[in-house]
Amino acid sequence: MLTELPTTRGASLQFRDPARARALLAAIERLTADRAGGAPLSIMHVCGSHEQAIARFGLRAVLPPTLQVIMGPGCPVCVTDAPEVDEAVALAEAGLRVASYGDMLRVPGSGRSLDDARADGARVEVVYGVAEALTAAQAAPDEPLVFFASGFETTAVATAAVLLRKPPPNFLVLSAHKYIPPVMEIVAEMPHTRVEGFLAAGHAAAITGYGVFEPFVARHRIPVVVGGFEPLDLLAGFAKLAELARDGEARVVNAFPRLVSRDGNRRAQQQLWRVFEPVGGQWRGIARVPNGNLRLRPEFAGHDARRRFAALLAAAPPARLAPRSDECRCGDILSGSASPRDCALFGAPCTPAQPVGACMVSSEGTCRIWHEYGGIPRLEIHEAPS
Amino acid sequence: MSGVGDKIALRHGAGGPAMRQLVETLFAGAAPAGPDVVGLDALDDGAALRVGDRWLVFTTDSHVVTPPFFAGGDIGRLAICGTVNDLAMMGAVVPLGLSLAMVLEEGFALADLERIRDSITAACREAGTRILTGDTKVMGRGEIDGVVLNTTGLGFADRLVRDDGLRAGDVILVTGTIGDHGLAVLAQRHGLDVGAALRSDVSPLNGLVAAALAAGGAGIVAMKDPTRGGVASALTEMAHKAGVGVVLEEAALPVRPAVRAASELLGIDPLLVANEGKALLGVRAVDEKAVLEALHTHPLGRDACRIGRCVAEPARRVVLDTGFGRRLVLEPDGELLPRIC
Repeated sequence: MLTELPTTRGASLQFRDPARARALLAAIERLTADRAGGAPLSIMHVCGSHEQAIARFGLRAVLPPTLQVIMGPGCPVCVTDAPEVDEAVALAEAGLRVASYGDMLRVPGSGRSLDDARADGARVEVVYGVAEALTAAQAAPDEPLVFFASGFETTAVATAAVLLRKPPPNFLVLSAHKYIPPVMEIVAEMPHTRVEGFLAAGHAAAITGYGVFEPFVARHRIPVVVGGFEPLDLLAGFAKLAELARDGEARVVNAFPRLVSRDGNRRAQQQLWRVFEPVGGQWRGIARVPNGNLRLRPEFAGHDARRRFAALLAAAPPARLAPRSDECRCGDILSGSASPRDCALFGAPCTPAQPVGACMVSSEGTCRIWHEYGGIPRLEIHEAPS
Repeated sequence: MSGVGDKIALRHGAGGPAMRQLVETLFAGAAPAGPDVVGLDALDDGAALRVGDRWLVFTTDSHVVTPPFFAGGDIGRLAICGTVNDLAMMGAVVPLGLSLAMVLEEGFALADLERIRDSITAACREAGTRILTGDTKVMGRGEIDGVVLNTTGLGFADRLVRDDGLRAGDVILVTGTIGDHGLAVLAQRHGLDVGAALRSDVSPLNGLVAAALAAGGAGIVAMKDPTRGGVASALTEMAHKAGVGVVLEEAALPVRPAVRAASELLGIDPLLVANEGKALLGVRAVDEKAVLEALHTHPLGRDACRIGRCVAEPARRVVLDTGFGRRLVLEPDGELLPRIC
């Protein structure tokens, strides 16, 4: 029988207690109630996993109108720029095996996605992580396998660890890894930014340590709270930011102490910087971010798909910018100073099938959510026809 | 073919909006079937023809699965249960018989085929049916991936149950835990070792559904098995066809701990993945107790429970009350992919 195991009905975990959630929501409401000028408190998270958790637990439907939580440039898939996708598509279309994370497949390049290439017969494989890509390379040592690597510090460390353990010569990395701290500077310096606090990603901070945000806070006088991913972690993070904003206190608070320390994981940091170097690069729909892209250092040239297939990539047709991409307002939307309706591209030509900016790419992107639901759904329930 | 694209992609077979759009575009010219026929235009679990005072239900299903052998079942068991369950979802709980077509790849191991045959035999016995006719084709190496099975089934329904009968006030029941099949297969495909607890639920549901229909009668107003696309897709379709909203209570969703663990590791919602041994029942509120009691007496229905209710607004939407807030449940479009961010 398949039914002998006890079955959980809903969540009984410590960090998923609805009663404590209600108490935190009440605290957030109290802390944001008396804002001068009546504008809501705008805080930004910079992590796709935070947005995922906010969406999954339906938190936006219950946050008070006095708090606006903006999804910042924290989804590595969304901010992977079209030319980076073009490189992966070009390698796949040249007949090379390309492996990547599942949600990278549908991200469009200037014309096509890896999913399109796969439909045309290219060998594109979905892997759960870099270890699975390495196994795939080891299983067929006679041909190259290109791992199209995306993600922030968290996944870049995993890629670095594999490269430091002498993988076989046919294991190649096409790095689209990105580094979060520099893009927070970009957002803070956007001319119309209304962001009054940042919720930083707990898993990334577990590696970098929360100390990495101290210079940022000192420079911009904006508080940063490091938060986790359970509903109570998120609500506690929002409440702490609301408190810091009310009191005008700009400092770093670690609201995820069960995983994050001030110094972080030093060994992981060493591995990260031994393998990668930060270079400037475009983030889709946002800006050119100095030191925002992680590229393999020359010592790892043998595993660097960009160097190994430089001639092939140079011969690929040049990347075209999406039409009218100069009109994209993603940067303003991500900084909280515009809504999707303010963007001339919203709905046409920018759609989930052919996104121009980062906010339309991910199912959690602000423009994508607006496109699907015609605005943020209030989800009022009426039991019977009125 | 606007919106479909000029090439077939995997999402066109994933059971979600892309597949419906493809079928609707390809067969847009099909005439409405008429009062005595439930045909392709209904996009229900199968077709039905009125014969005297009964309905002859028939349905067909092709089966491909990677890997062909998985924890809790294999492609053979899947092929039998898929068709038996589609018949049952329309009220035909005594299958008259099945056809089985096999397309095999050159080089496929005979021992594997015998294993699949044994599992087909066992599943037929459980469902109280037989293979009556069949067909075998072999294709060259590389022209097909191992084995593809197609089954077609026939059965009579005294009362036809459709998937469009919901109205505000009805309750939604599920006959057991959700997500088992999809996450067992996905975990195996990605080499995720979460122990033996993660097993497919693939089972023939006709006996269970017969018990529910006997207890609930006309109070069972809609049925669907949440296969590809999971509970999210099945309920979205039911809500669309009936013009009602469905509110699910997350705290009521029965999910095994191993399934929950695998779903959190892979970042895949158990509401979105396939079940192969579960049914969703739309039931008039007054009949809920009788139907649940009948389900609980059957070995496949011990975890049956109410997971939600039908409301007037938001119409044609499925909303999940998470206990913390509310969110829309969207049906997956395309294959389920582990997420990174």
